[in-house]
Amino acid sequence: MTDVLNSLILLLVAAIAYGTPLLFGTLGEILTEKSGNLNLGVEGIMFMGGAIGLGGMFYFEKLTGITSYPLAVLIALLAAFLAGALASLIFSFLTITLRTSQNVTGLALAIFGTGVGQFAGEMMRIRVGGYVSLSLELTNALPASPFPQALQDIPYIGKLLFGNSIFFYLGILAAVLMHLFLKKTRKGLYLRAVGENPSTADSAGISVTRYKYLATVVGGGLSAIGGVVYIITTAGCTWNNEGLSGVGWLAVALVIFCLWRPLSALWGSVLFGALMILYMRLQLPFIPTELYKILPYVVTVIVLILSSLRNNKEKQPPEGLGLAYFREDR
Amino acid sequence: MAESIKAPLIRLEKRGENGLNPAAVWGIRLGSIAAALLLGCVAILLTGNNPIKAYGTMINGALGTAVYRQQTIKRAIPLLGCALAIAPCFKMRFWNIGAEGQITAGALAATFVARTCTGKLPSLPLLLLMALAAMVLGGLWGLIPGFFKAKWNTNETLFTLMMNYIIIGVVAWLQAGPWEAKQGRIAHFEEAAELPLVAGIHCGWIIVLALVLFMHVYMRHTKHGYEIAVIGDSLRTAQYAGMNVGRIMMRTMFLSGAISGLVGFIIASGTSHTLSREIAGGVGFTSITVAWLSQLNAFAMVAISLLLGILSKGAATLQTVMNVPVAISDIITGLLLFCMLGSEFFINYRLILRKKRGGKEARK
Repeated sequence: MTDVLNSLILLLVAAIAYGTPLLFGTLGEILTEKSGNLNLGVEGIMFMGGAIGLGGMFYFEKLTGITSYPLAVLIALLAAFLAGALASLIFSFLTITLRTSQNVTGLALAIFGTGVGQFAGEMMRIRVGGYVSLSLELTNALPASPFPQALQDIPYIGKLLFGNSIFFYLGILAAVLMHLFLKKTRKGLYLRAVGENPSTADSAGISVTRYKYLATVVGGGLSAIGGVVYIITTAGCTWNNEGLSGVGWLAVALVIFCLWRPLSALWGSVLFGALMILYMRLQLPFIPTELYKILPYVVTVIVLILSSLRNNKEKQPPEGLGLAYFREDR
Repeated sequence: MAESIKAPLIRLEKRGENGLNPAAVWGIRLGSIAAALLLGCVAILLTGNNPIKAYGTMINGALGTAVYRQQTIKRAIPLLGCALAIAPCFKMRFWNIGAEGQITAGALAATFVARTCTGKLPSLPLLLLMALAAMVLGGLWGLIPGFFKAKWNTNETLFTLMMNYIIIGVVAWLQAGPWEAKQGRIAHFEEAAELPLVAGIHCGWIIVLALVLFMHVYMRHTKHGYEIAVIGDSLRTAQYAGMNVGRIMMRTMFLSGAISGLVGFIIASGTSHTLSREIAGGVGFTSITVAWLSQLNAFAMVAISLLLGILSKGAATLQTVMNVPVAISDIITGLLLFCMLGSEFFINYRLILRKKRGGKEARK
């Protein structure tokens, strides 16, 4: 019995590690979509966040010679956020100011961002002449828990509650803050109004353009953090051109799964994290590994179908999602 | 509103009925391509190389010799075929980004036929059967998301995308398991299952050029094409006119998937001569760019697919010669798309700057 319980806890801890990048990706896209912008470029944004976040940590450590856990975390978050914000700024300028199609622009960003991420990662590899990796000390410390060993040693719950990387706790914080912002503040209400019905919001004197820009840029930055978290928690702090592929798209799908609710993203991302690693943890003799690996994608398809079947009014996307708003067109 | 008598710094005005003349429109579009190539220089500069030399290397690597030109055309063939496949979907605002998977599904079916029927059939019927199987499986792979979109309005963007990962996973399984020849690879086709060469290049180029004509006629001069255009412009109009929108969607998705599947057959039988999980190699995504840059015009796609073929072959040369990562081609592709999308704005709208003295004029 204890064995089963122990392996279940181990599975959960691993699921959290794989789910944390998804959590950030999803939270960012929720914020973006709440403003009525559908940014399909999350895949590209996360690639950029991953490569540039890693690059930031790597060059900081190399140039200054300072190996510091808190500084590395800060630089990773900051560099990834800026990269994602910049990418989303391109998207915002094109879709909001130049009125291009959100779908095609998002796809262009996915191609562009994947290219930039791989380009940057590859460039560092060529410059360094081998693998881009942080010092062993950081590589071990970053994905580890920030809490003292004593707390982690509490039977059963210790590992689960205190054994995760700092990014998971930051993700929880971000989700709670976003929930409070959207539900409890006036600005959050305005943002939702912009996403639901921009012309009404505009009549009420809310600057639709400003809210759309801000939400999309900040959302893109958050999504990009997911990229660098992936590199840190699951890729061993090294760059690999294919590693991130598919994570960004799963994050976009998770937004639908979570019904645009930040708090639901918490368990949704852990669930999908579990689906991603189940083939390593729970081997089934009659399912080949390669087929087992497509489980998250199959589940996503089922989720998409089921979510299109429901008619509940509370569980719909923001009404203005994907539609451009031009004041002159009213 | 009442006190805002000041005119804004920049005003927008929709260009009227006659709009810009066609020469200016194409001038702006060519200008946007030039702008994208200029922006690409930034990335090349970051690698410490001279952009002019880099572009020179790319052009030389893509067009310098007859062999290079053949390799460039080989890269352009699937891009063109797949762009033709995507065009009708995009025309009806159905965001099919599953071409990658539909190509893979086609290649999988073609490989299945090649494995089971080689030796039992002469070359021509074998190739035809492979093409047919590829079109059926590719079509079905496109039809599944189309069916759910038509029936329950299921999000097609993510659905088609997930279908990519699923079929690629299936190929990965075949490659490492049931169909493995050695070291995780599937055996090469026999010669009978390979596309014959015409003018030094596998005859896939004739197939895609025939497809250009077919899709042009289909989109511009048939009832099907008209229905697709109406749905794209206004779903409600289509419904009001009594069109069976769901059926048209499913039909179009099957056709689109079938053409992508045919492209998969061309790649497997003409270029790679085997099946692998990387067989589509990003063609499904790059061809979205081809379709959109061409404004969904079948003839323009020939030129744009060649342009992106040059870009992709040139980037491969650039990597070996100047150590610039091959991902540069994705960056420039993305930039091309950004600039092209943005340029449409200047084609459709006129910017009017505030006149210096007229600033206090009341707005009309």
